[in-house]
Amino acid sequence: MRLQALFKPKTIAVIGVSTTNDRHPANVIYYKIHHRYPVEIFAVNPHGGSLKDDPVFPIISDIPRQIDLAVIAARADYVPEILEDCIKSDVQSAIVVSGGFAEAGRLDLQSRMVATAREARFPFIGPNCLGIYVPNHVDTFFLPAERMVKPDTGNVALISQSGGILVDQMIKFTEEGVGLSKAVSIGNKACINELDLLNFLARDGETKVIAFYVEGFGKDEGREFVLAAQKCPKPVIVLKSGKSSGGQRAVSSHTASIAGDYQSFSAALAQHDGVVEALNELELVSFCESLSSYQTSIDGNIGIVTGSGGHGALAVDACSAQGLSVPELGEATKKEIKDHLSDSVKTIASIRNPADLTGSAIDDDFVWTVRTLCTIPEIDCVIALLLPYLPGITMDLGARLSSVSKQTGKPLIAYVPHVDKYRMLIEGFELNGIPVSPSIEGAVLMATALRRSKPW
Amino acid sequence: MVKKEILTILETSEQWGWVLEPDAKRIFSLDGFDVPKFDVAKAPGDVRRIGTKIGYPVVAKIVSPDVLHKSDVHGVAVGVNSDTNLQNVFERFSAIEGFEGMLVEEMISGTELIFGAKYDYQFGPMILLGFGGTGVEIYKDVSLRMAPIGMNDVDSMIHGLKAKKLLEGYRGAEPINMQALKRSLILFSGFVMKLKDRIESIDLNPVICTPKRCVIADARIILKTSK
Repeated sequence: MRLQALFKPKTIAVIGVSTTNDRHPANVIYYKIHHRYPVEIFAVNPHGGSLKDDPVFPIISDIPRQIDLAVIAARADYVPEILEDCIKSDVQSAIVVSGGFAEAGRLDLQSRMVATAREARFPFIGPNCLGIYVPNHVDTFFLPAERMVKPDTGNVALISQSGGILVDQMIKFTEEGVGLSKAVSIGNKACINELDLLNFLARDGETKVIAFYVEGFGKDEGREFVLAAQKCPKPVIVLKSGKSSGGQRAVSSHTASIAGDYQSFSAALAQHDGVVEALNELELVSFCESLSSYQTSIDGNIGIVTGSGGHGALAVDACSAQGLSVPELGEATKKEIKDHLSDSVKTIASIRNPADLTGSAIDDDFVWTVRTLCTIPEIDCVIALLLPYLPGITMDLGARLSSVSKQTGKPLIAYVPHVDKYRMLIEGFELNGIPVSPSIEGAVLMATALRRSKPW
Repeated sequence: MVKKEILTILETSEQWGWVLEPDAKRIFSLDGFDVPKFDVAKAPGDVRRIGTKIGYPVVAKIVSPDVLHKSDVHGVAVGVNSDTNLQNVFERFSAIEGFEGMLVEEMISGTELIFGAKYDYQFGPMILLGFGGTGVEIYKDVSLRMAPIGMNDVDSMIHGLKAKKLLEGYRGAEPINMQALKRSLILFSGFVMKLKDRIESIDLNPVICTPKRCVIADARIILKTSK
């Protein structure tokens, strides 16, 4: 299926606008695209009329331009016919925002749309969805512009069965500084499903990481999905809801009882290289941030640099729980680090792994220690636990450590408490493409993502 | 290729929705799996001859289309060591619902594993390996993979079992025949793929692993209801 028209439309028709109710979802979509995106937009409603100064076309075939994307927000009963009109008028693709289909017991309406679309090889997203957000190109979410939180433009594509979860994850991405290439809410996924989008995004030049929120796959579709994900040259992250099996069906074999829906889901993902299951939202955002920064995989030998022994100990525990190793440093390395520390730190620092530089450390001590760990082969990823409240630490440290990682080519992950006061330190990392987590656990999860992803 | 006799047995079994144990043993035997020596006593007069042929001690199990879980109706007797005892077991089983006979088989002791398969709605045929026996659903020490599986998967499935040391010769015990285990699991995966359209789920529980063999001591095949 050709999906380019969906993601980079030059002309859009919004079908179902209201001339009497400006808060109608179709109107919100119409105005938003009209005012903010480089797209030619047309409004459609069978009654015609006008919307502010713009004409409302009674039927899509009246529009004097070829339409790349039709956004349909009309009542469910009318939608199958509207879809047929679109196909007749040579529209290239559609997003069906309207609800009231399979999710509301009207599988008949949905099946009719699917049959029409399949025959014409016509791609549509939905029904019962928010549609697509592509930074600077298109936004079909029926949420007023002032209410939406949009992450920076970046390289992570996010696909969600639930529109609400998608919008929420966009807020989390914004908070964590994770950039987005595309966000798609697929709703009932009657036509375009996860597999279609995976195949499209695998070749999308703007996307390096593909993340999914999945409630469930259709019959045998999970199998096709993991096989495609294994072949995909980009890391694929999946967060699954519905892990606990409510209403366990009666099963007559031990195997069917133990290997429930979620157990099978999780096992099939774990078996295939290139797919990483995120167990919760923290894992999802941490994995996305880390894989968006680094397209390398590591064996999982972590060097930890900290300004407090407690932070180091918690990080070691988290590494151990994730199956990462924190190897002991050689004597020569320890001496090399210690010899170059500032005089007041040299005598009190505990230089092992984790290297505890203590609360007296200054920027130069961190830069030197991180640099040394970045150059030894025993360590393949460095986690820096930074406590910006220490008097010797300045806001410059983020940018300085970032350049150490860039020069040595070794992945660096930072932990910095996320409050406005420390924003400049955080941005020193983020703007240089170094992932920063607001929690020690999150920083360790970022390293986990690199270990669990395959080399590509 | 599925042997004709296997298909015949499966077709006959459709009336019950599952395959009676002697038939299931026959199926696995035909497909190259190691199964215990067995025979079915249908009348009291068969008992002595079959007991002697298999060789005491033996295991005896109820054969009844009404009994899917034999232990639940006390339909299994292990270590039966004489004609008289076997005769008594036969009498007791005769009273169980749907009694059609008594399966008598060679008794093998070793580490009890489970091989399982199920047709998953989203992911298709899945293969399970775990520590077996009646406690399987309590300990849940299992590895699960999408079928078909290769040797790498088999290695990682064994590696993923918490109690895998029990297979490797724990505290002076002789290790099980790992090659036989791996070969059987690969064979099982092939079997499941061949019959994926007919089978809902399979429990081979226990599969008894010894330093020499990997034997399917019990087999339950649940068929898909709508073919």
